[in-house]
Amino acid sequence: MVEESDVRVVRFGGSKINFRPPIISTDSRYPFVLCTSGDSVKVYSTRTEEWLHSLQGHTNQVTGIALNPANHLQVYSCSADGTVKLWDFIDGILIKTFIIGYPLFAIYVSEKHEGIVFLHIGFQLVAVHLPKSAEQEVEAKELSAVSSHISPNPSCTAFGREGQYIAFARNLQLNVYFFRKQKTYSFSLKATDKKGAKNAFTCIACHPTDDCIATGHEDGKIRLWRNFIHKKEYTYSTQHWHHNAVNTLCFTPEGTNLLSGGIESVLVQWQYGTGNRKEFLPRLGGSILHVSASSDGQLFCTSHSDNINVYFFRFFLMLSGDAVLTDLMIDPRSKALVLNGKPGHLQFYSLLRDKHLYNLDIVQQEYIYEAGLDQFEVVKAAFDIKGYWLATVEERGQKSSDLEFFLKLWSYDERTQSFVLNTTITAAHTDRIISMCFSSSEETTMLVTIAEDGQFKAWCQGVDADTQQDQNFWSCDFVGSYHNLKPTNCSFSADSSLLAVSFQEVITIWSPDTWELLTTLCQPPGVIRDLCFGRLSCSKYLISTTTRNLLCCWNLLTCALEWSTSVEVSKLQSDPLSENVAAFSYQSKHTDLFVFKPNEPRPLFTHKNVCSEKIHRAVFVPREEPLNNCDESSQWLNRSQLYFLTQNMLLHTPAHVLPPASVLCSMFVSSLLISNTGEMESSEQEMNSEKEEEDSEGEMEACDSQQELRAQGSVDEVTPKLSKAQERELKRVRKTDFSWMAGLIDSKP
Amino acid sequence: MMSTDLRSAMGEFKVHRVRFFDYMPSGIRALAFNQDTERMAVARMDGSVEVFHCSDRFFQEKIIPGREQCGIEGLSWVGERLFSAGLNGGITEYDLTNQKVKYTIDAYGGPIWTITGNQQGTHLAVGCEDGTVKLFEVNEDQIQFERNLDRQKSRIISLSWHPSGSKIAAGMMDMIQVFNVETGHSIHRMLADRGAGTSRSKECVVWSVVYLSDGTIITGDSVGMVKLWDDQTGTLIKSHNVTKCDVLALSVSQNEDSLVAGTSEGIVVQFQFVSMVLEKDDKEWVRTRTFRNHTHDIRAVAEITTAVVSGGMDAQLVVRPLLDKIEVRSAASALRKIHFPHRRLVSCARKSGLMLFQYPGHLELWRLGESEGKGTPGSSLFVKRNPEKLLQLKVKGEDHIRCSAVSPCGGWIVYSTASTLRLYRLHCDNNNISITKISKLPKVLSSANQLCFSSDSSHLFSASAQSSVHIASLSQSGCKFVGTLKPKSGSHQAIHLLAASEDGKWLASANSDHEVHIYNLQTQKAHCTVPVYSSAVTAMGIHPATNCLFMMHADQQMFEYSIEQKQYTDWSRTVQRKGLHRFWVERDTPCLNVMFNPQNPSHVILHDMYMLCIIDQSLPLPDDKTQFYNQLTLKSLTEEQRKSQSHAFKVCKTFKDILCVELMPDQSLVVVERPLEDIATQLPAPIKQKKFAT
Repeated sequence: MVEESDVRVVRFGGSKINFRPPIISTDSRYPFVLCTSGDSVKVYSTRTEEWLHSLQGHTNQVTGIALNPANHLQVYSCSADGTVKLWDFIDGILIKTFIIGYPLFAIYVSEKHEGIVFLHIGFQLVAVHLPKSAEQEVEAKELSAVSSHISPNPSCTAFGREGQYIAFARNLQLNVYFFRKQKTYSFSLKATDKKGAKNAFTCIACHPTDDCIATGHEDGKIRLWRNFIHKKEYTYSTQHWHHNAVNTLCFTPEGTNLLSGGIESVLVQWQYGTGNRKEFLPRLGGSILHVSASSDGQLFCTSHSDNINVYFFRFFLMLSGDAVLTDLMIDPRSKALVLNGKPGHLQFYSLLRDKHLYNLDIVQQEYIYEAGLDQFEVVKAAFDIKGYWLATVEERGQKSSDLEFFLKLWSYDERTQSFVLNTTITAAHTDRIISMCFSSSEETTMLVTIAEDGQFKAWCQGVDADTQQDQNFWSCDFVGSYHNLKPTNCSFSADSSLLAVSFQEVITIWSPDTWELLTTLCQPPGVIRDLCFGRLSCSKYLISTTTRNLLCCWNLLTCALEWSTSVEVSKLQSDPLSENVAAFSYQSKHTDLFVFKPNEPRPLFTHKNVCSEKIHRAVFVPREEPLNNCDESSQWLNRSQLYFLTQNMLLHTPAHVLPPASVLCSMFVSSLLISNTGEMESSEQEMNSEKEEEDSEGEMEACDSQQELRAQGSVDEVTPKLSKAQERELKRVRKTDFSWMAGLIDSKP
Repeated sequence: MMSTDLRSAMGEFKVHRVRFFDYMPSGIRALAFNQDTERMAVARMDGSVEVFHCSDRFFQEKIIPGREQCGIEGLSWVGERLFSAGLNGGITEYDLTNQKVKYTIDAYGGPIWTITGNQQGTHLAVGCEDGTVKLFEVNEDQIQFERNLDRQKSRIISLSWHPSGSKIAAGMMDMIQVFNVETGHSIHRMLADRGAGTSRSKECVVWSVVYLSDGTIITGDSVGMVKLWDDQTGTLIKSHNVTKCDVLALSVSQNEDSLVAGTSEGIVVQFQFVSMVLEKDDKEWVRTRTFRNHTHDIRAVAEITTAVVSGGMDAQLVVRPLLDKIEVRSAASALRKIHFPHRRLVSCARKSGLMLFQYPGHLELWRLGESEGKGTPGSSLFVKRNPEKLLQLKVKGEDHIRCSAVSPCGGWIVYSTASTLRLYRLHCDNNNISITKISKLPKVLSSANQLCFSSDSSHLFSASAQSSVHIASLSQSGCKFVGTLKPKSGSHQAIHLLAASEDGKWLASANSDHEVHIYNLQTQKAHCTVPVYSSAVTAMGIHPATNCLFMMHADQQMFEYSIEQKQYTDWSRTVQRKGLHRFWVERDTPCLNVMFNPQNPSHVILHDMYMLCIIDQSLPLPDDKTQFYNQLTLKSLTEEQRKSQSHAFKVCKTFKDILCVELMPDQSLVVVERPLEDIATQLPAPIKQKKFAT
């Protein structure tokens, strides 16, 4: 164990791996799959479906990967940091770095063009001769532009048969450039036709042996172009199955089949040359973004909007979360992180192994993959303390006025080792459920829900009035309200003897046994946002946060305000195993973390600038084995770890600067790690660490934000010297506004 | 039945909106294209055969009306001769000059399913129900049975000659046979697969077969497959599943690089013979484009030089241009749908408000309704008296009506079939209608290609063989032959248009060789011949005041010819010099009537299927920069601005699917519409198809 003396934020996992098409390595019995993941390339084994290692070294978003055609054990990667790197992906060794000096957006290689890679710089496609040199770091100077006006979407460019031509489409034009003749043929389509078809190109694929180009279009059509060396006698056939844009096309290596995918989440296999004979592989999860086939055609790899990769009918899931609506929760039994998964599902995700465990179908309805449909989504979920009960709320019609929602209660079935639906409550409230919590006592389980109709309801496993028998089903026990105010949050005390429900600016304390209003607490101004009771020695305290930047701590014995401080808290999270409470404060475009004990107003630990986004979801995860750490500032992490979820806020970054890779990944879970020894008193700690540390629990990826900031600065600094002609060629590139890149990464497929 | 809406439109005219002419076009059964003459022959379900001129905007040059019980199954050109064969077992040759059947001979093989001539023009092959392929030798003026090829067990549905003329491929039930013409023996027998599942028990009908010069045989069958066979080995090369239902028709282009297949779903699928690897010769047939222009079964397709022509149960002839084969995109190369015949099916007794509607097998006489009061432009008026069907006249015999007319006074009705001409005297006393047939007709009036009355109803003009026109005078006592008008020279093609002048002095006739002859009726001599223009005359009329002949042509050009001065008028020369507006020339249906407004001599009224147009000869002509359809713009302008903005063409698009427009003496217009939706509802239900999101 390396000694380390500070607390660091570590990217934990589950980053976006669907940014660019994954590739399947050619050789070996169990091929590897390579995916871009932020500023690294992740290598997975198809045999174990496990993550093997990452190829790290780029300092910015990796924008493309391609197998080295000369050596199938090597892979090229290009990055927005302006370098192309050659890796041995089996051992994870960086072989060479080629410095190009411009942000790169995609890489294409072809067997025919040895020693040349084609890079997407700005709006140009540039052929780069990779110099043969023994040095580790080489500057590639021989650049020649192949074409300008390349679509920013890398799937709109593809090499044709034997690398003889390259086809690229942009908006409504398809261009085919023949290398030998050095001639470009262009074909354009009308923007729309009489029937309202949207003809813009969305993706392209070339047949491996025939001169046939397949193009996908915005309206879901697939066109197969032939005879494209004629201005007029070119011809195409149209096939139409997808009802929305075709996201990806891929020919199998033999060219017998064409694979296509779109938002429908159905992988369509078209038999090449027989018209419209096709086969389907439906219900693959999220909408399909990329499909790639292995060189022997045995494996297909699809990458989905929710980060799921399917290999050859086997599931291979990553922590997903483009749209996490539920809080982060920990399943008390499996200690798995629980949050939204596939549409209508809750996913259970092992933090230890950075691996998806399983999905629990909550909605239990067929999900229809179509843009603009309003469908049921799981919006709230809560576990009771033993993990025996799970309560979920699913909702539809958030946008429109007619809201539909169900409250469902699930019990854990020991035999099947999963949750079984126990009770469905169709009209739990007359309006949307804002929050819910289980009582934390061991004996009786009770669920309290609060809703926008101004009521809070307590739900118990009821006694049937007719038969006087104890029954297993849940029913309403108590309905409470306070001056018709809208409740904002609710919380049970640690021993479940008190229930706190906040109504706008007022906190009401109830006794769950008698349903008596014990007291009200109020400290204007501001509506109460979060509520939490202190634990263990601090059980007498109740902490609340308001929308008007106030953090209050109430003493429940005296019913008086113990202390308060002015801080904007976006998320308050208490550790179930200690007295500690973590507060995320979002101020001036970055989030600070405070950890404190309710009994004293001084924070135990302060961490400025945890990340640049607002944090809404965080969770304390109990450790398997408590650490014995005496460092005062990191003691709070002895028993549990704090995980939080960030979301990218690309809208606020300046348009001409690429955001750091950590931001580019739309979502990642960060954890606060603790070092084993060492002490530091200061609340303002230095955050940059020199050494990477393998934690006992096996955190895999480490990267701190400071490093990334440095990386961001370096993007524009490196400019290799170029010949005049090359400079002229690339002048346009330098002027190009890269803001579209931000939009591209930001956009959800 | 629709009632007449009496409407005030264009502010100027009261319009009788007639929708009670239930004209039903007949479905298209067969197509045959003649490359040399660029003519497309179309056979319809009712047995009529039409000839379209492909390079003259698909003008319907010739119509040979059908007969009852005469189902044509196949059509074939041999040189410039046209043959058809049908389920009645006979082979018919047509006399295209006089637009009638030349002769019919029986093939003695039961119903004939298909007929095809070889490229050498020496033989015709017919496929019969009894399983024989019969060869007929084509002689100068007849065809002669030569011999049978080996008789098969099942009927012969389709036939195709190898371009060399030495082999014939025949599509049958469940199989394809290849015959050696020399020996008459079968060379190969290729079995077509039946459909899977329940359709396993159904026979696979090989609806269509095409034999290519490289020895490839292409078949379309009832399983929905287009299959390619090799005639050397008799094996299947490739099969394309085109549809779930039948592939009914196939046609290959002249240079054999493109093939179209028509299906019963109403789609046409194109296959192209393209090289799979560019600039190499290993070509393959690849399915490329799909055309969806039909709602019902496509019974016939033909790939012509620059377009794909298809026709089927929905009775429309669709000409879909192939843009890759067209040099210059123009109006002539636009998608064209031909719904209605390019002839007038309605004649109007202007003075008595009667309308005569011509159906294939009968005539209907209607009296127009009357309206009351006045309304604002565009409003409908109260109908005082409903239109009334006075008479339904059924044709005697099996032949269908070729032409008909009602005299302007409403006292005479005449119609002609291929074999007879009948003239009726109409008595109309208040509500009692009675007709009497004029029994003794002059012998020359045995049959007519076109019929016309003089404006005072005293004479009947009947166009007959050799481009001649017979004149008969009509009186209470009967009909008397007066004389025959013959052109001085020129072709003997049948006349399809006649126009008599208002003053009874002149008669103009137009024939399918684009010739227009003008006769002086007083001297009964040919007066002059209008210079022949390259496009067919679609409509003409003689101006009542100036006696100028106004002609509309299929390419949308217009000419005005002064009869008295025997030369084009100044206005006509101005039009030719300045050229017509692009929008006018790009219209795709021919003008079918020319009328004049006696109240306003400078006005010429024209109509085609989609619009009604008044040409004001006193106003300046539009050039390509001016707004052509400017009715709405003019409305918003003040009186003075209007003058500077207006031009000679006033187009009204209020009416759709127009069959006929007539101007009545009381300044009201009769517009006979036949909405295509109404036709569609009367068609049999199409094959049910799963539509997305239904």
